Amino acid sequence: MFHIYCPHCAEHREEEEFHPKGQAHIARPMDPEACSDEEWGDYLFFRDNPRGIHHELWVHAVGCRKFFNITRNTVSYEILETYKVGEQPTITAESLSQDKKMTADGVTVADGGLQTEGESDSAVNTSKEAKV
Amino acid sequence: MTRHTQQPNRLARGGRVDRSRTLNFTFNGKRYQGHAGDTLASALLANGVDIVNRSFKYSRPRGIVAAGAEEPNALVQLGSTEAAQVPNVRATQQALFDGLTAQSTNGWPNVQRDVMSLVGKLGGRFMPPGFYYKTFMAPASLWMTYEKYIRKGAGLGRSPMERDPDSYDHLHQHCDLLVIGAGPAGLAAALTAAHGGARVILCDEQEEMGGSLLDSRELLDHQPASQWAGRVVEELAGLDNVTLLPRTTANGYHDHHFVTLHERRTEHLGETAPRVDGYRPARSRMHRVRAGQVLLTTGALERPLVYAGNDVPGNLVAGAVSTYIRRYGVVPGNQLVLSTSNDHAYRAALDWIDAGREVVAIVDARRNPDGELVEQARARGIRVITGSAVLEAQGSSRVSGARVATIDAKAFKVTGQAEILACDTIASSGGYSPVIHLASHTGARPAWDDEILGFVPSLVAGVYAAGSARGIHDLAEGLADGSAAAARALAALGRSAGAIELPQVAARREGAASALYQVPHEKPTLRAPKQFVDLQNDVTAAGIELATREGFESIEHVKRYTAMGFGTDQGKLGNINGMAIAARCLGKSIPEVGTTVFRPNYTPVTFGAIAGRHCRELFEPERYTAMHQWHVEHGAEFEEVGQWKRPWYFPQKRRAENGEQRMETMDEAVARECLAVREAVGILDASTLGKIDIQGPDAREFLGRVYTNKWAKLAPGRVRYGLMCKDDGMVMDDGTTSCLAENHFLMTTSTGGAAAVLEWLEIWHQTEWPELDVYFTSVTDHWATMTVTGPEARKLLAEITDIDLDRESFKFMDWREGQVAGVPARVFRISFTGELAYEINVQANYAMHVWKTLFAHGEKYDLTPYGTETMHVLRAEKGFIIAGQDTDGSVTPEDLGMHWAIGYDKPNSWIGKRALTRSDTKRSDRKQMVGLKPKDPKVVLEEGAQIVLDPSHAIPMPMVGHVTSSYYSPTLESGFALAVVKGGHQKMGDTVYLPMVDGQVHEAEIVSPIFLDPKGERQNV
Amino acid sequence: MSNAQQFDTRPVVDNESEIAVESPLAFSRHRSGAPKAKADTRVTVRERAFLGHLVLRGGAIVLDEALREVVGLGLPGEPLGLVQDEGGKRSIQWISPDEWLLIVPGGEEFDIERRLREALGDAHFSISNVGGGQTVLELSGEAAREVLMKSVSYDVHPSHFPVGKGVTTVFAKSTVVLRRPSEERWELVIRRSFADYLYRWILDAGAEYTIGVEG
Repeated sequence: MFHIYCPHCAEHREEEEFHPKGQAHIARPMDPEACSDEEWGDYLFFRDNPRGIHHELWVHAVGCRKFFNITRNTVSYEILETYKVGEQPTITAESLSQDKKMTADGVTVADGGLQTEGESDSAVNTSKEAKV
Repeated sequence: MTRHTQQPNRLARGGRVDRSRTLNFTFNGKRYQGHAGDTLASALLANGVDIVNRSFKYSRPRGIVAAGAEEPNALVQLGSTEAAQVPNVRATQQALFDGLTAQSTNGWPNVQRDVMSLVGKLGGRFMPPGFYYKTFMAPASLWMTYEKYIRKGAGLGRSPMERDPDSYDHLHQHCDLLVIGAGPAGLAAALTAAHGGARVILCDEQEEMGGSLLDSRELLDHQPASQWAGRVVEELAGLDNVTLLPRTTANGYHDHHFVTLHERRTEHLGETAPRVDGYRPARSRMHRVRAGQVLLTTGALERPLVYAGNDVPGNLVAGAVSTYIRRYGVVPGNQLVLSTSNDHAYRAALDWIDAGREVVAIVDARRNPDGELVEQARARGIRVITGSAVLEAQGSSRVSGARVATIDAKAFKVTGQAEILACDTIASSGGYSPVIHLASHTGARPAWDDEILGFVPSLVAGVYAAGSARGIHDLAEGLADGSAAAARALAALGRSAGAIELPQVAARREGAASALYQVPHEKPTLRAPKQFVDLQNDVTAAGIELATREGFESIEHVKRYTAMGFGTDQGKLGNINGMAIAARCLGKSIPEVGTTVFRPNYTPVTFGAIAGRHCRELFEPERYTAMHQWHVEHGAEFEEVGQWKRPWYFPQKRRAENGEQRMETMDEAVARECLAVREAVGILDASTLGKIDIQGPDAREFLGRVYTNKWAKLAPGRVRYGLMCKDDGMVMDDGTTSCLAENHFLMTTSTGGAAAVLEWLEIWHQTEWPELDVYFTSVTDHWATMTVTGPEARKLLAEITDIDLDRESFKFMDWREGQVAGVPARVFRISFTGELAYEINVQANYAMHVWKTLFAHGEKYDLTPYGTETMHVLRAEKGFIIAGQDTDGSVTPEDLGMHWAIGYDKPNSWIGKRALTRSDTKRSDRKQMVGLKPKDPKVVLEEGAQIVLDPSHAIPMPMVGHVTSSYYSPTLESGFALAVVKGGHQKMGDTVYLPMVDGQVHEAEIVSPIFLDPKGERQNV
Repeated sequence: MSNAQQFDTRPVVDNESEIAVESPLAFSRHRSGAPKAKADTRVTVRERAFLGHLVLRGGAIVLDEALREVVGLGLPGEPLGLVQDEGGKRSIQWISPDEWLLIVPGGEEFDIERRLREALGDAHFSISNVGGGQTVLELSGEAAREVLMKSVSYDVHPSHFPVGKGVTTVFAKSTVVLRRPSEERWELVIRRSFADYLYRWILDAGAEYTIGVEG
């Protein structure tokens, strides 16, 4: 069960309060009538399915009922940030590949997709390496 | 008879059992006695019970091997009655209570003489890994038959067939630090965190907290280690910020530090929870913990050595011997041979000799062991045979001897002549494996550590491991490690830890351990007597070698092929030995072979604990309307619509032909209700319809974008039917929306669609059109809705309302405000039956009054309550769709023939519009809504039945559509149906066929879906 | 003006007509009963029925001003805030960034709505009367928090759920508005149609503490 920070309620809440609504930042074409069938089909049916960083739209369904975005690692299930509709993510697959070590939030992402916060440089730290 | 002859292996003193309290129990039908503080396993050993089970595949006799969660053999079925049955309980984890009744899980028909053992004895060489797959797979259709007998023979426990008398619950917990395991590191950690003021949960799977301290030979602060443990537990128990959970297994580590803890609250008291003041408390409880940080102080499990005959009863892991002696006052035998590769296991021999029994020899794989414990053993006169190991255990139902020889572990060779040592017990130790299961649940792969010859857990952020759980087996270091880990975890939360004083531990010189997993035998592995790796799944060293020879190189494949680490065992004792053997066979190192991951649950969890109180009457919410009690009192049968309980029909008593009273059948009740509406007046509780209050200057504009039809001109006081599509052009929901004021609308939705529609409105408003000034608020529960419908509806309603019901001033699709039965009401003149109808909305707290007043006045009009089934018949006769029944997400408004509800010329590109001009949605051969009239009026077609054009076509016949709604109409005196048929709108009058499962073929004519009153005159009487 | 329709859903009760009013728990009391509190009762549940419930939507600044004027109580300043007047009779709870729940003594809601609409004038807002659709359950007693821990995954520890906080969350398999108006009391604002399920759940979860029903 995910633990999700709702940017409107300003605290972490349990996943059971939320519904996922698919890929984020899918804008409806401004003039649908001007779209070709193919363009309209792309808008309706085609979505990304990345291994790694994914931006998703969620709704705090049992809560404030507001929609917002989650940047999530689809391998480790780590949530890297949440942000309101209309805002842009500060963490993206590109920003992480440019600066693999650290982001503003102190989140590290490993090649394997597991990520950690703060303490260790490598993604997953082996318990024996963590010296007292 | 004295107690001691009854319990031949019970020591006169020592251990933590209470000898003044004797408990009776039954195992496999025989009565025994044990003491308070025993586990079922320690009590069985005290009574000298050697065979506790038959093995899974070979049906070999098996005894108790371990003392904790890792026990692979002693799985029992608990319960003296059918209702109390609990399968697959480890005898080592079941506290003894008076009256406990247990049976071996395996061993049909009985454990001592087992017909399946023939398979084990004779079939040894004929049952290689994959035996079941290879032998029983062909023909595939018979697998189900084979499986039944294999399962019965193998025995996997069984669930009770009667209702469980116990209750279970869940408790949601939150903490800064969750410490799993209350051994030395866990206790030091919990104390450190607690003194820092953090919210701490400390759980431990055993009956008593303290872990290895409970049977340690060490002194802490110059006193037995168990005393220090007791003091710390007592201190923690007194702190408000600490929750102590003994008898609690952390069974699964889920996302984002969500950990489930299975607390067994009354399992130690009886087979069902004893009543306290008449109340039966929850038998077990699942703590659903959301932790800030998690510290794994789960300790380590001792690895047994793999040698021939290592499954014969009397073979134990060395640490278990110490545990039974020191904690339970039970010596599980008379003459011990200890086979070890490390110093630590020497404790078993020292404890054994302290208990006054004979240690035949310690067989140490190391050439020159020189640690402090080795010296102690020699000083006690114990024979220590170095550079050697036990090659083979002798005996069949109990160990009778050990064949011992010098070996070269690296070369995997026996180098000397074997000597036979007579003994009844062989204890072995190949080292210690940190319990990495929970860390594995997080998805982190464990890492091999050459220094400790074991895997240590890898840790994702927020997870820590300390003490033996990460290979720090030294007591003093483990205590310090626990405390330090707690401090680091708290620091990560921005908190500081409290200062604690760690106890003093005398330093102990320990010699290095050597690597030994499988002991070589004079014969090659494939021909040597069976050397067991995984006792629970009967996986042998030969089986693993064979798997590698057959080309399975990945440890994950070896695991699946051999079943190593399967089932409730999850590889606790055997996995690393198995990997070491695979590595040897493949010429690789253990880390190169890798490790498999472990899955939840760590040990089995009962379904009761998983369900908690979400069962029986509380399994699912039942939603009721304000008139529910009336429906119950008037004998309604209920239908589930979403979570709502809606009256389905109201059966009445009628006089049968023989003069006796009987209840109507459903068909009879529905026919009566239908005719009442068509001929007089009926009433429906329609409160479950979704209702959304829409306010704001842009409300009208918004409606125009989410509905397919036009809303620009709907005046206050008027109602309109609306159709809602998704942006793919498919119908999603429908309902009526009323204009309450220029900026104020009341939308209704289908019963099942209420929540989805509200979320739909919000997602469009919040993500696409935030500039529109409009708000949506659910008012579904605020209003109760009753539909009064039928030719007499006006007369009835007129008696109790001040609203002018004149057909000219209160027209069809108008709404009016006034009083009904003295209660303020909004009355909507809309019709879902085709008859004159009024939907009365009143505040739900007054609904019962209004409903009863209607009945008080309705008697003279023969007012008839009707349910959802009649509603369905009546609306289908009129060709009114139900979204979700007649549509399935692939039906457009055009397909439904509802062009009149599509505003192609609206100024905005409303949701779904663009998709309706896609080439696919414009196809003329799409499935279109039609009516079907069976040629035989008595036939009621099956909903879902497929429609074909040519019933003589070879199977598979081309299917052109299916029935979506079908009923018998008492008004038409015929069955009738709604259906979707390819190109159906152009096929009016055609005959189609519906072949049924039983070979019958129904014939039907395609007709208009409006079966009754196509001009709509009846609603306007 | 907002150009919305306002509708007083409460009957004007005169001497002639006797209009029965039923709370959402009427059926539940009939079916499941209402165990009386005993000496060892550690949790008590009480329904506060027939209160006025208004859902307010709009911008915080305009609503706050109008509420101060009409109810004498401003909006809570923070997300998840709950404010109430001195006697605790009127309360305003944050539900979402543009939504608040106003609960007042039964009968006041129509007049308050009317005066708020006047005060808010042409501003964009909405007010919906939902009093028939929900009711308030009060939990008190030393075991109240444990009953909540059995029912909600939300952290109800005092350090995380102080007095003056309120959340909408999952309760068993339904949803509730959970709030803490005082040290001793928790309030559940529950939906009418789920009331029976929730009542039965609470009685079951509270049996361990000899739950008593008051009022």
